[in-house]
Formats: sequence, C-alpha cells, structure tokens
Amino acid sequence: MGRYLLRRLLQLVPVFIGTTFLIYALVWAVPGDPFAGKCGERRCPDQYIAFMTEKYHLDQNVFVQYASYMKNLLQGDFGQTFSQREISDIILTSYPNTLKLALVALAIEAVIGLGAGVLTGLRRNGFLDNLVLVSTLFLIALPVFVVGFLLQWLLGVQWGIIKPTVSSEMRLSELIVPGFVLGSASVAYIARVARTSIAENRRADYVRTAIAKGLPMRRVVGVHLLRNSLIPVVTLLGTDLGALMGGAIVTEGIFGINGIGRQVFRAIVTKESATVVGIVVVLVLVYLVMNLLVDLLYAALDPRIRYE
Amino acid sequence: MSDILVSEQSAPGPGGSGRPAGRLLEVDDLRVEFRTRDGVAKVINGVTYHVDAGETLAVLGESGSGKSVTAQTIMGILDTPPGFVTGGQIRFHGKDMLRMSSEERRRIRGEGIAMIFQDALSALNPVFTVGFQIAEQFRVRRGLGRAEAKKRAIEMLDQVKIPNAKGRFNNYPHQFSGGMRQRAMIAMSLALDPEVLIADEPTTALDVTVQAQIMDLLAELQRERQMGMILITHDLGVVADVADRIAVMYAGRIVEEADVYDLYAKPAHPYTMGLIDSIPRLDEKGQQLRTIKGLPPNLMNIPPGCPFNPRCPMAQPVCREKVPPLLQVGTARASACHFAEELVNRD
Amino acid sequence: MSDPSTASIVSTPAAQPTDASTPATPGPQSSEKPRGLLGDAWRDLRRKPLFWISATFIVIFLLMAAFPTLFAPGDAVNGTLERSLVKPGADGWFGYDLQGRDVYARVIYGARASIVVAVLSVIGTLLVGGTMGIIAGYRGGWVDGLLSRIADVFFGLPFVLGAIVILTTFNGSGTSNSKADIMGLVTISLIVLSWPVVMRLMRSSVLATKEADYIVAARALGAGHGRIILKHLLPNCLAPLLVYGTIMVGSFIGAEATLSFLGVGLKSPVVSWGIMISDGQQFVRVAPGLVFFPAAFLVTAVLSFVMLGEAVREALDPKLR
Repeated sequence: MGRYLLRRLLQLVPVFIGTTFLIYALVWAVPGDPFAGKCGERRCPDQYIAFMTEKYHLDQNVFVQYASYMKNLLQGDFGQTFSQREISDIILTSYPNTLKLALVALAIEAVIGLGAGVLTGLRRNGFLDNLVLVSTLFLIALPVFVVGFLLQWLLGVQWGIIKPTVSSEMRLSELIVPGFVLGSASVAYIARVARTSIAENRRADYVRTAIAKGLPMRRVVGVHLLRNSLIPVVTLLGTDLGALMGGAIVTEGIFGINGIGRQVFRAIVTKESATVVGIVVVLVLVYLVMNLLVDLLYAALDPRIRYE
Repeated sequence: MSDILVSEQSAPGPGGSGRPAGRLLEVDDLRVEFRTRDGVAKVINGVTYHVDAGETLAVLGESGSGKSVTAQTIMGILDTPPGFVTGGQIRFHGKDMLRMSSEERRRIRGEGIAMIFQDALSALNPVFTVGFQIAEQFRVRRGLGRAEAKKRAIEMLDQVKIPNAKGRFNNYPHQFSGGMRQRAMIAMSLALDPEVLIADEPTTALDVTVQAQIMDLLAELQRERQMGMILITHDLGVVADVADRIAVMYAGRIVEEADVYDLYAKPAHPYTMGLIDSIPRLDEKGQQLRTIKGLPPNLMNIPPGCPFNPRCPMAQPVCREKVPPLLQVGTARASACHFAEELVNRD
Repeated sequence: MSDPSTASIVSTPAAQPTDASTPATPGPQSSEKPRGLLGDAWRDLRRKPLFWISATFIVIFLLMAAFPTLFAPGDAVNGTLERSLVKPGADGWFGYDLQGRDVYARVIYGARASIVVAVLSVIGTLLVGGTMGIIAGYRGGWVDGLLSRIADVFFGLPFVLGAIVILTTFNGSGTSNSKADIMGLVTISLIVLSWPVVMRLMRSSVLATKEADYIVAARALGAGHGRIILKHLLPNCLAPLLVYGTIMVGSFIGAEATLSFLGVGLKSPVVSWGIMISDGQQFVRVAPGLVFFPAAFLVTAVLSFVMLGEAVREALDPKLR
C-alpha cells in the first residue's frame, strides 16, 4: 500500500507539471506582446512592464519563466494582480465559496442520483424507471447554462420562489438550486450508474445466497446488494468533486456566486495572466489529489483490489 | 428404504392429496416454465420426489434437465421473471410452501431448508469477510450479540475442518482456496442447523482430489446431524458412495427413481442405461466411449410422447404418442418408460 | 459524420432471423446465436421508437445544415430595424430580434455552424484519440506510459476552463476574425481538450482484445502489425467508438453553445444557437422567444444525437437488454 501510494504520487508530479506548464505557456508565452490588452484600453505603464518582466523573467525563455514561477509558488507566493492585490488572497476568499457550492452539488447528486438509481435498478421497466431514464437523458443532454438559465428564469424571475442570485452570505437554502444546476449532469450519471450496478448485481449469486440464508429482504438489499453496487457510485462521486470545482464557471456566473470559477473567468477576460495561472494550479492540484483519493477509496471499498 | 411415491401426472387439488403427512420434504407434480422473448420453455413438467430425515436423495441429470431449477423453486430463489411456477406443491412437514406467505417461507430458509451452491466464489459476497457472512445468520436470525455470534461462527468453521478457524474468520472469500471456500459455504448453510440440506453440484467447481474430501465431509455432516439431503449432480460416480436413493431427471421430468444398488444393477429406463453405459470403465480400455446419441430436446418444443423417444434405442410407435407416467415397477422403484417391466425383468 | 457512422452499424445486412423452432438446440438462449451481434442489434433497434424519433430529427438537422434555404427563405444576417423585437406572428413565425432579423431564419441557419463545428470536432477527436489509443494499447511499455501521461495532462484541465483559456489566447483582439478562422479555432480547442477520453476508451478496448486467442493466432500465423491492427483490432473496437462519437456530437453542440454563450466561442457574423441565446438573454422579459427558440433547437439537436447513441449502445450491449 505504501509503495503504491508513493508510485502514484510520483506519477502525479509529471502530470501536475505538464498541465500547469501548458496553461502557463498558453497564457504567457503566446507570440506577440504579452502586455497587449492587459491594462485595459491603454498601453501598460513602462514601470509595470519593467516590474512584471523582472518578477516573471519575461525576457527569458518560457521554461526559465515557468521554473521561477513554480519556485515562487512552492514558497507560497502566487504573485500579485495588476492592481497589486495578492493572488493568494483572491484564491483564499473565493475558494471556500466554490467548495461550499460543490459540496451542496455533491450532496444533491448523492441523494437524488443514488435514490433514483436504486429504486429503478430494483424495479426495471416500470413507469418510474422510464421516467428516470428520460429525465436523466435530458439532464445529460442539456448544457449547464441552459439548465441554469431556465431554472433561474422560471424559479427566480417568473415564479419568485428563489432569489435569482445568491447573496454573499452563501446561505445553504440559496445554494440548493445552483448546486442542482452544477451537479445536474452528474446527478443523471450517478442515477444511471447506480441503476445499472444494482440491476446487474441483483441477479448475482451472492444475492441469491443471502436470500437462501433467510435474511429479510431489507437486509438482502440494504446490506448485500447495496454494498456491492455502491463501489462504482462512490468512486464516481469522488472524481466528480474534483471536477465540479473546475466546472463551476458557468454556474457561478449565472447565479452571481463569488467563487473561483467566476474569478478565473474574470481574470481570463481581463488578461490577468498571473491570476489565471495561480487559480488553475490550485484547481489542477485539487483534481489530481481527489483522483488519487478515489483510487485509495476504491481499494477500501472492494477487498479484492489490493495494491502491492 | 420406504416405498416410492407414484405420480399419476395429475394436477393436485388445492388441499393437498391425502398422502401421508409424515414426510419431511415432498415435491409433488411441480411445474415451472420460463417465459422469454422467444417463447415459453417448459423447464419442469411434473417433478415428484421426497426426502426424509437422515436420508440422501441424489438428483441426477444433464444440464438443462431441470434439477437445479427444482432446487431453486424449493428454496424460493427462482428468478421471476422469467421463471414461473405453474402447478404442483412443495410440502415441508406436510405444509405447501407455495401457498405460504413470503415471511413464512423466509423463516424456513436457512433453518428448515438450507442450500449449498456450485460456485462458492460467486455465491459468497465478495466484499464481506467469510466470518461476517456466517455470523450474520446468528445475529439476524437468532438475535445474538456480536461476540457470541462470532464465537458460534468460529465453531462452525471448526466443524467443517477449516484449519485455524479463528484466524480465517476475518478473511475475504477470495483469500480462500477453492476447497476451503466450499467448506466455508457448507459452514454457512449449516449454521442454523437445517433439517434439509440441498447441495447443488457442490463439487463441480473443484479439483478432483478436493471433490472427494468435500463429499466425505458432506456425508459425515449429514449422518451426524441426521439431515435430509438432496444432492444434485450430473456425475454418477459421485452419487454411488453417498446417496441412498437416486432420482434421474430428463427434460423436466423424473424418468426413474430407485435405490442406489438397484439403479446401478438394473436400470429401468433406457436413459439411465445410457448414462451408466457412458461411464468410462477400466476393463474396456481402448474402446470408444459409449455416448447417448442426439441432444436433449428443445424445452420450448418438447416432442410429443416420451420426451426421450428421439434418442431412445428401444423406441416403439407408442413412445411417440403417449407420455409414459412414472409408475412403480417391482418393489421400491419407479420408472417412466412404457417398457419398464421388460427392462427390470431381463437378465 | 454521425449519420454514416451509425448507418454502418445499423444497415449491415441483418442475418436472417432464424426461426426459434428450426434448430434442435437445447435451452431457450442458444436459438438466438446464429444471428450475430450486428443483426441482433439492428433487430433490437428497429423496434425502438426512440431510435426512429432521434434518427428523424438528426436527418432534419443535417438537411437544415446543408440546405438552410429549403426551410427558411428569409435572410438570417440582415434585418430591418423597424421590425426590432416584433413578436412572433404570421409573417415571422418566431418573431424578430433587436436588429429586426428574422429569428426563424436565424435558428435554421444556426444549425449549420453548430453542427459543422460539432461534427468536425468529433471526427478530429476520434482520429487523434483513436490513433493514440491504438498506439498506446498495442505498443504498451514506455510508449503507453508516455502517451497516457500526456493524456493525463490534458485530462487534468477542466474542460470549460481550458477552452476559455485557449480561445481567449488565440481569439483575442488583434487576430483576424474570419468565419472559418473562428470555427476552426473552436473546433481545435474542442479536439485538444477531448481526445484523452477517446484515447482511454480505445486503449482499454485494444488491451482487452489484444490478448484474445484469435489475435494471438493471427500473430502466430505471421500477420504483420498493420494487418493485425486494421483487420482484427480496429473492427472490434469500432462499435463502442462510433457509439461514443454519436453521443459526442450532441455534447459538442452543447459545448460550442456554452462557449458562445460565455462570449469566447463563435462570434458574429457567424450565426449559431449559442450566440443567439447569449444575445437574447437580456431581452428575456420582453421577448422570451429570442432565448426560447434557439434553446429549443439546441436542446432538440443535442438530445437527438445523445438518444441515438444511447439507443445504438443499448442495442449493441446484450447485457442491457
């Protein structure tokens, strides 16, 4: 187990470097003036250009730039924005909001997705099954911005059930609809994976054994069947948490949530290159670590899998 | 050995049919069909057999003959759909299980009738320890506490001669060898001290040397506990040492039932003869193995008359017209062949 | 692309369904065997209303993309300001937008950009990802390790985020904005961010079949690498790939719309559903049709492709039946 962990961690390093370098190169090393359009309508002040060139070694090649950027980053220095704001500060204030939203989305996925999946997996081809199949198809097919826009317009503007945007306090009740929007596609995937998994395992020999042992149906389903069927669902949920935090750009934009996605979108549009790279580094790191955790979780859930 | 139940191939009345109620487990004219997209397969067509305390009945037949489906129907683990019981009774202590509430039936499983499956690897739940799966029965069915249930589970593992039972309690099924896994399976099925044990091809998935050990263990446990045992197998060799009586199945029917000795010495059905003939024999080394020609019938389209007639070397015109009922021949044996008497009385 | 691809699965001459009663085989299952997977799948598909509905819609959308004038004689690009925000009526079925352009014509013409971008991206993604997957799976060893790590790198980038970065970098002010350029750029960014999924799919598929007995046999008989890949591996891995491709056309239409909605994807003068929704959202209170009609077309198109893919997948996967 320890050796496996070490090997996986070592595998993470090149991927982490590759992804962050890719973004770094895209943002900084595009041919042409790196300061074009970075200071609004006007040309950037020479002083700023000099400062940035010095700080990010812009006169060197992109590899040196990246190396020195990473060196600073490892010491906790994310750099500053054009208006001298610490980027780490931006991340620290907006990240908790995104995390909160993602956790709400995950909870909704787990409850609705798993519930629907288990119910339909046990009773296939009924009315409920078809209803869930069709609605999951819609949720998978609809782009998030359409779902978000639609719900905001219907619930917020037309019917006035919710406030169209989320306040800065991020109350839980305000986050339910945005959370559902963020997790909408995943809810559908979870429901389908759970349904297939339950339906496949329902006919498994060990379920038959459990019935033959004279266990009550509640226990056969709730313990023997569910425990096996949960394995793919839980791993999907874990991977999703990593992905949700990077995918919140649209949802946060629609509902006006001051999260990491909105910050990174603003930074991209206003060409705050350092901010973009800083935030992406954090997102990638979280994503990779979540994936590693999911792998370990998988081993914990399924005793047949042992990492040597 | 007791007398043989004789079926008139008639649908039983709702209140049972005045037979002696002393039997432990009786299957009476059971009929099961599988309804699939491509048609209806008549898998069980009036099976009748019984088992009493302390005796072992072997049910013999090719795959597809319906021997496992009968067992599944007794246990109440038939997959529905596609499987549906369309007639007959299964009486446990004289009470028809097919008319019981699901709760009543559940209580019989494990305590009254228990079952051992063919492939212990897939029959044991892969994500729980073997110990948990045995102790579970004591906890759920007997309401014992965790520690007491564990103690009893270890005792069970000891009884089936698993070495270091205490240490293996926390192992998962995949950490056991094939033979040990089947022992664990046996321990699990015997945990609640059942009156009838159904063993569905318990040794098929095992090495030959291990097969013998498991069969010995089963026979020993059956004697000790005076259980009724139904041993389902396609292997005539396994049967001889263990069984008291043998029921031979073909195309969802019992075609012959007899004491082990009688059946081997003088089969009363051409199908049984074919089966015995196809056992490889040392004294006929070098000769070609004898086989039964042809294939078992398509269960969606069973030929009229005796289902065995297309393959039967002795088939006569009557065999293509009339289904032979399972009738008593001589003493303590029955056969479903129009020419059973001639077969038994030949030299 | 999706149409010929699914057609190739579907229109394979279905082996004549043999009557269940003819073979004297035991048991109910074996009577199905001689039909073969594709014939079985087709037989299954033919009975599904979902398959016919989605296929019909896809044909309509493809026709719309190829010959928009068939459906809408009006002008999609130029409008008259007098008709600004005119409500739907007999004259303009879906009404007019702020610049007085015919929404119906625009929705019809929007199909072309959305579908062309999606289909091109899917072809590109399948080619790049498929090739990489075959190489990684077939060669194994360090080649596999390297390609897999490269795929991981692209996989680690959140999709929307990565696309926004790529598009703003190359699509910023100063670069030329011809129609083809913008569409090409969106296409490339979709390919760059999606190929790892196809590669993983293909790789595992190749790994699974590589050691199959018939391939080992082919190798033992002296078949070259090229022949083994083309004749044996590819046909086996193709079905899941094409199913995935069909579904991907749907999700790429959605992705293109998302990017256009965010203002970083396609831009005017290109007409696309995403742009229309983005433009229309500020008038949603006065003229909901400006959002509703393009959104309805978008959703229908995405659903049709996803549904078709699902239907074919279910038909191909005996376990799901």
